[in-house]
Order: sequence, then C-alpha cells, then structure tokens
Amino acid sequence: MSGPLLEIEELSVSFPSDAGALPAVRSVGFAIAPGQTVALVGESGSGKSVTALAAMGLLPPSTRVSGSVRFEGRELLRLAPSELRKVRGGSIAMVFQEPMTSLNPVLRIGRQIEEVLALHRGFDAVRARAEAIELLGHVGIASPERRVDQYPHELSGGMKQRVMLAMAVAGRPKLLIADEPTTALDVTIQAQILKLLRTLCREQNMALLLITHDFGIVAHFAEQVNVMYGGKIVERAPVVPLFASPSHPYTRALLAAMPRAELGRARLEAIPGRVPALDQMPAGCPFAPRCKLAFDRCVEMPPLSRVLGDSTGQHVACWAVETETT
Amino acid sequence: MNDGSSDPEQLGERRTPFGEVWQVFRRDRLAMTGLVALAVLVVCALLGKLLTEWWVVIDPATVRLPDKLRPPLSGPSEVIGAERLPEFGFYLFGTDDLGRSVFARMLQGSFVSLTIGLVSVGISVGIGVLLGGIAGYYGERKFLFVRIDAWIMRFTDVALCFPTFFLILTVVALLPPSIFNIMIVIGVTSWMGTARFIRAEFLSLRERDFVLAARALGLPSWRLIFRHMVPNALSPVFVSATIDVARAVLTESALSFLGFGVQPPYATWGNILADGRAFLFDAPWLFLIPGSAILLIVLAFNLVGEGLREAMNPKLRRARA
Amino acid sequence: MWRYLGRTIVERLLLLVLISIVSHAVVHLAPGSPAEVDSLNPMMKAEDVLKIRKSFHLDEPLHVQYWYWLSDLFSGELRSFRDNQPVLPRIWDRFLNSLPLFAATTLIVWGLSFPLGIAAAIRRGSRFDRATTFLAYTLISVPGFFLSYVVILGMSRTFDLPILGNRTIGVEGASAFVQVMDRLWHLVTPALMSAMTGIAILSRYVRTQMLEVIGEDYVRTARAKGLPEDEVVYGHALRNALLPFVTMFGFLLPGMIGGSVIFEQIFAWPGLGRLGYEAVLGRDFPTILTLNFFAAVLTLVGVLISDLLYALVDPRIRLS
Repeated sequence: MSGPLLEIEELSVSFPSDAGALPAVRSVGFAIAPGQTVALVGESGSGKSVTALAAMGLLPPSTRVSGSVRFEGRELLRLAPSELRKVRGGSIAMVFQEPMTSLNPVLRIGRQIEEVLALHRGFDAVRARAEAIELLGHVGIASPERRVDQYPHELSGGMKQRVMLAMAVAGRPKLLIADEPTTALDVTIQAQILKLLRTLCREQNMALLLITHDFGIVAHFAEQVNVMYGGKIVERAPVVPLFASPSHPYTRALLAAMPRAELGRARLEAIPGRVPALDQMPAGCPFAPRCKLAFDRCVEMPPLSRVLGDSTGQHVACWAVETETT
Repeated sequence: MNDGSSDPEQLGERRTPFGEVWQVFRRDRLAMTGLVALAVLVVCALLGKLLTEWWVVIDPATVRLPDKLRPPLSGPSEVIGAERLPEFGFYLFGTDDLGRSVFARMLQGSFVSLTIGLVSVGISVGIGVLLGGIAGYYGERKFLFVRIDAWIMRFTDVALCFPTFFLILTVVALLPPSIFNIMIVIGVTSWMGTARFIRAEFLSLRERDFVLAARALGLPSWRLIFRHMVPNALSPVFVSATIDVARAVLTESALSFLGFGVQPPYATWGNILADGRAFLFDAPWLFLIPGSAILLIVLAFNLVGEGLREAMNPKLRRARA
Repeated sequence: MWRYLGRTIVERLLLLVLISIVSHAVVHLAPGSPAEVDSLNPMMKAEDVLKIRKSFHLDEPLHVQYWYWLSDLFSGELRSFRDNQPVLPRIWDRFLNSLPLFAATTLIVWGLSFPLGIAAAIRRGSRFDRATTFLAYTLISVPGFFLSYVVILGMSRTFDLPILGNRTIGVEGASAFVQVMDRLWHLVTPALMSAMTGIAILSRYVRTQMLEVIGEDYVRTARAKGLPEDEVVYGHALRNALLPFVTMFGFLLPGMIGGSVIFEQIFAWPGLGRLGYEAVLGRDFPTILTLNFFAAVLTLVGVLISDLLYALVDPRIRLS
C-alpha cells in the first residue's frame, strides 16, 4: 500500500472552560507511513498526549476537535461511533503511561486480553484463552498459563506494561500509539520494555507513534521526529539531521539540556522559564517568551512551518531561522 | 497523562483559597438558592427571638378560643379584643386548636429549631475533632499498655454499633424533657463519623512534607496541630457539619412526632408539626406549613453543604496530589 | 482465612461485651426508674414502689443488676418489667413481623437506586441528571412522617390501599392465598414510604461513585480497546464502582430497629421498632437493653458479612 497509514492535518483541540475555550493543540499535522516509527516529543503540557487521544476519539465529549485525522484514507473524526470502535483496539492500539492504573483491578489479566481477541478477531472463549497465554509468553512473561488467571495487583509494574503491550498487539494493529510507555518504570525495566516494543513492531510490521519527553529514547527509536511546544509542532525532521543540526531554538535548547557522554565536561544548559499555561498562550510563537533569539515579529505573529532549503526534510516554524537562512 | 488537566489548576493559583471556593460556589444555582434561604431563616430566627421574647410585639402564647382552627389569611372575629389582635390584623398562617397564631409560633420556633441544629452539631464536631485528633496525633502513645489510638477507635466502634435513633429515643425518654438535653443527646450520639474522618486525615497529614518541615523546625505540637493540621482537615468537616445540621433538625422533628421532643411552652417546628397531625383532615395548614418549612430549611442546608463539597473538591484533589 | 475468621469473631465478642456494659450503664444511670412510671397513680404507695424496686433488683448495685440481666438473657428467663412476659419470644415475634417490611424496603431501595444513580452519572449534567438530583435532595430533606401523612392525606381516598397494620383483622380464616395477598397488599405503602430516603441517599452515592470510576485510567483503556460503551460502563466501570457498597451491608441490618421506629408507628406495624418505642415509653429496661444488644449483634454480624463479601469481590483484599 502506498501513501501514509495515518495522516493528521490541521488538528486543533480546545477544552471548554469558564474563561473561554482553552486551546491545547493548534493546527498540528504529520503523517506516519506503514511500519514507520514516528516520535512526538515535548515537555508535559505541550499537547502531545492530547493529540493522540483526539486522534483516537478518546477525549471527553465536551472537547472541541477540528481538522482531519485520516487512517488508511478514512476520516476518523467523522466516523460513526460503531465504526470508530472497530478501528480502536483493532487497527490502532494504544499503550498508556501508567501501567499501575491502566489495567482494571477487579478483572483477571486473561479476561482483559481475551476481550480484545473476541472483539476484533472473533475468537471463541477457548481459542481466546489459548491465544492470550500465547501472547503473554510472547511479551516475555514467565509461566503465562499461571499469570493469565492472576489479577493486576499480583504483577510488578514492568509486567503490567508487558500485559498492556500484549493487550495492544492482540488485535493485530497496524499502528500502535505508545504514550510515554516507560516513564513510570525503573530504568532497567525501561530498556527491556523498549526492546520488546521494537521487536513487536518489526515482527508485525507495525507502525509506532511514540510519545515521549525523552530525546534519548527518540534517538534510539524514531525515524521521523516531531517536536511539540505549546500545542504546536515547532520542528519536524528525520532523526539524523534533527540531532546533527537542530534548527528550532527550542529543539536546540532541549538538546543542549540533555546530558551526553561524548560531550564530557560541557556545560548543561537549562531553559529559563516554563511552558505557558493554556489560558496564557502568547499570540505569536509560543516559545517566544523563553527564546534567546526572539524579536518583535515572534511576539506578534505565529511563524509558519517552512521546509529548510538543504533537502534533509527538515520543517521548522520559526521567524528567526527563516531570517537566518534567507 | 492528560496534558490539559494540569493547566486549569494553575489558573486558580492567583486567587485566595476562599475566593476560589466562592467562585465555584457562586455559579451553583441550587446552592446559592439554599444560601439565600438560610440567610432568610437566620433573619427570621433572630427576629423571632427579638419580637416574641425580648420586645414582645408578637405573642405566640396568646390564646383566642373563639378563633380556633382559622385557615390562613382569615381575619379575627369581632369578639377578639384589641390587645389580642394578631400581628398584621389577620392570621397569615391561620390558627391552631387554641386559637394561637401559627405565624407567631413558627417565628418563635425558627430560633429554637435552628439552635437545636447548630448546638448539637457543634457538640458532635467538638467531640469528633477532639477524639479523632488525639487518636490521629497521639495515637502511638500508650495508656494502660494499649495504644491510645486503639482505645479511641474501639470506643468509636462501640458507639457505632448502637442504632443511633433508638439510642437518642431511649436517652431522651429517660431524661427529664428539656431543649438542652435534646441538643446534648443528638450531639453526643453523632460524632463518630467526624472522629474517624479527622483521625484518617491527621494520620496522612502527619507524614506530609509541610508538617514534617514544621516539626523539624522544632515548633511546639499545639502550634503544629492548630496552625498546620486542623485548618487542613477542617474544610471537609465543615461540609459534613452543614449536612448534619439538616439531619439534626429532622431528628428533632422525629422526636417531636413520637412525643419526646421539646415540650410546651417552647414552640419548635417539630412540635408544631407533630401537634398538627391531630387535625390532618380538619386543618391541614397546621400540618402542611411547619412540614414545608422544615423541608425547605433542611433542603437549604443540604444544598449549601453539597455546593460547598463540590466547590472544595478540586482543591481537595490538588491537596492530595 | 479460618484464622482471620476466628480472630475477628473473638474480637467482636469482646466488643459485644463492651457494648452490653455501656448500654446497661446508659439505661440505668439515666434518671427515671421504671418504678416511677406510674408515679401519678394514687394507688401506688411508697411501699409499693419499694416492693417493685426489690422484685426487679433495682435496689442492687449496678454490676449485680448487669449480671442478673445477662444471666437471664442467656437462660431465656428474661422478663419484661411491664407485664412480666418473657422478652425473647416477643422480640422474635416482632422480628418476624419486621422482616417482610425490612426486606421489601431494602429491595425497593437497592433495586431503584442503582439504575437511577448510574443513569444520572452517565448523563451527567443532562436534564435527567438535574431532575433526579433535585428530587433526591428534596426526599432527603423531607421529614419521613410528614411525607407519609401527606401521602395518606392524598392517596387514602384515591386508591384503596390499606394503610394501617400488617394484615386485615379477621383474615385468619381465609385461604392461604388470600392471606398472603392481604399481607403483601398491606406492605405496599409502608415499604414505599420508608424506602424514600434510602433511595435518595443511595442513588446519590451510586452517582458519585460511578463518576469517580468513569474518570479512571482503566476505563480509558477499555474505551481504547474499542469496547462498546455498554460494555465499558457495565463490564469495566460498574464492578469497581460497586465495591464500596458492599461495606454498606453492615449498617443495613441494625436499621431494622432504629430506622423503623417512625414508620412502624405511623403505619401501626407491629414490628421491632414499635416494640422499642413501647418499651421506652414504659421504661421496660429488659426489653430496651435486649433490643440494643440485638441491634449491636446485627451490626457486628453485618460488618463481618460485608468484610467477607469485600474479600470475595475485591481481588486485592486478602483476609489475614
């Protein structure tokens, strides 16, 4: 199949509040090709999780979502609820940040996996149970035939996230959305889970939308990177040029703030200030108040996303970069 | 994590805690209606006390036998002398079986009913905070080889095992009937919820950073308890106290119904209602007026309490996070 | 499990002893002795009062009286101060009368509260939600006997529902079917009336609980799996929302005595609550004490049952 698997265009999300609508995501657009791994990077509050939840139709009904989310050419935002449910958990699966609270505490693990198998692959009870055990073994859980009858509280955090992954791949999805899948876990467990995630993607030729704040994970995993700030994508680039020559001042600052072994004693730079609150979003570039390069136009007008001239596939939304290069 | 959820909280940081609660509360139309009703009641109660006891303009005890069981809004008959004419010149709420003005009696009763509600809840909150606070703060110390916490909580369990209303009934029936006994008994039998709640709250507050910090600074424990812990535990207690006032007013009316309420000559809404029962078919206003009054005022307390709970909720959630 | 059971039962028995001592003390320390109940009776002379005091052991110290009561209770010899009839058979009799009213009320309360509360939670903010919210507040706020009388006033002439008593007098001769129908017919109004407050309180609680659970991460997971909304609500959310209600069972049983006084009085229902009321009026200490004790036993049994049920429905709880 040619063309992108998932294509998001002009996606905007706002939450209603007493002070008017609060924009959480503003005109976001990116695409994922089949089997590709794309990262969505940013600090907490940058709108990356909201983007994913909006695409899946999982935000509360009071939220206003506009734009377009096309999956295999079908517009998800205008799909009938029953059709959308077939996509959710079937073609697109999702793994969340908190394995502790994301599994239902009163249902056996097996039952929670079997549910997906029955719903999206039409398995009967016996086959579903066998497949659930198989899946548990496949995600690296020892003695799965015993674990299948246990409850979530009897498992460790890492094991719960493995169960979440088993549940996610049970529907044979073409796209997996992983929202900070390792943030809540210990460092050693993080590496194991990431490795498992990569194996699963390769085996099933599954595309991955990886939502994270960790550039280390991005560097190891992603092919394409979208950097989000203040509800906007400020820079989009393939992983190699992004790390080699970050263009947006925010990306540069983030990378400078990341400790790296090869830099040795080089100074780590913190970004002054904090992410603006939703009701205090600047009119111009969201990063302008914290940006060292900001000038008048940055505060007045939001910059448009432009392709950088050097054919590396880098897109940047920044007035300063634009004036630098032209 | 939902990125949007953290941001509304930042909005509130610019306001004071009280202002923030008020902002939310004010938009709750039901709760505001309740608050207005409560304000009216307090004014009525104070006016009632003033006009029926200290500066007698309206005398609820005036008996006018020729005018007994007059319906609301009817005028007095000619035989009533000028000194016994009702307030406003007619019977706003009608008269009872002795020809007493129901309006005057309701006015007098509003103060008594409100006092019973407030005082009994004051007693129960006092006992609850004291016992719960001791169990939560000094619970680890021992008394007669058993932890103080265990003593107090076992005692609370024992108290919880009695059927509250039956216990109130028993004690009220055995004691000489008086308004003070009723307030005390209702208060003494309903502190258990507050005590358990305060204890749980103290146990968790003790471990909270700001309390640990205050303790590390060497602040004396009374200062720790009253400046740092009690204010933090009190707002939910305040909510449940508001609702408890409503419950106490209902309990008083139930006691009156069974004949154990406040005795004459005091008029309370409960005993006006209970007396009106005998004339249910002949003079329904004797029953409907105090009954609706109780309903409205209890409803007002409940609505205000629930409104407060809602308004304090986001704050509580943040305090827990 | 068995060790847990054994330990809690011993603990609860100790608690029961404490309760019996406290209730004995409360009743006996309060002024007003049963011998004075008829103090206005001109036939009662001082020596009569003394005689009554003596025959009821009221002149003995408190702990001796306590012992008399306890040993009488367990030997079944306990007799009422008023008519010298044995107490236990009478309580048992009244218990059997209260049971159908209690069961019907509980069924109505639990049967209606859950659908109402869940529906209100799912449609939060809708007209249905606001209407039930307001109705619930009103029902919580209305004095129970006031509502009952208003209903009696309005309905007794419109519908031909019997209002007083638990059966028609003289129905004993009729066939079993007629007798059962007669009893059920008498049950309708009292059960509905005493269920009102319960429905209001419980449905609010169900709504709150449901709203809390619907915001949980695992409910989002269930939606992300593509489960139909019904399955999300009833399969995933409801089971978690139901957990706290199990603990409410514990406080349900003793309501048979305390909660029913008013309604049994209004509807002339010869149950436990009314027995308690009569005993209080007559200062019938043995009956009062035994009823209190009985209520405490019911509470403790109820709490034990709810603990066990909780362990049954919540896999995270281990009894140990």
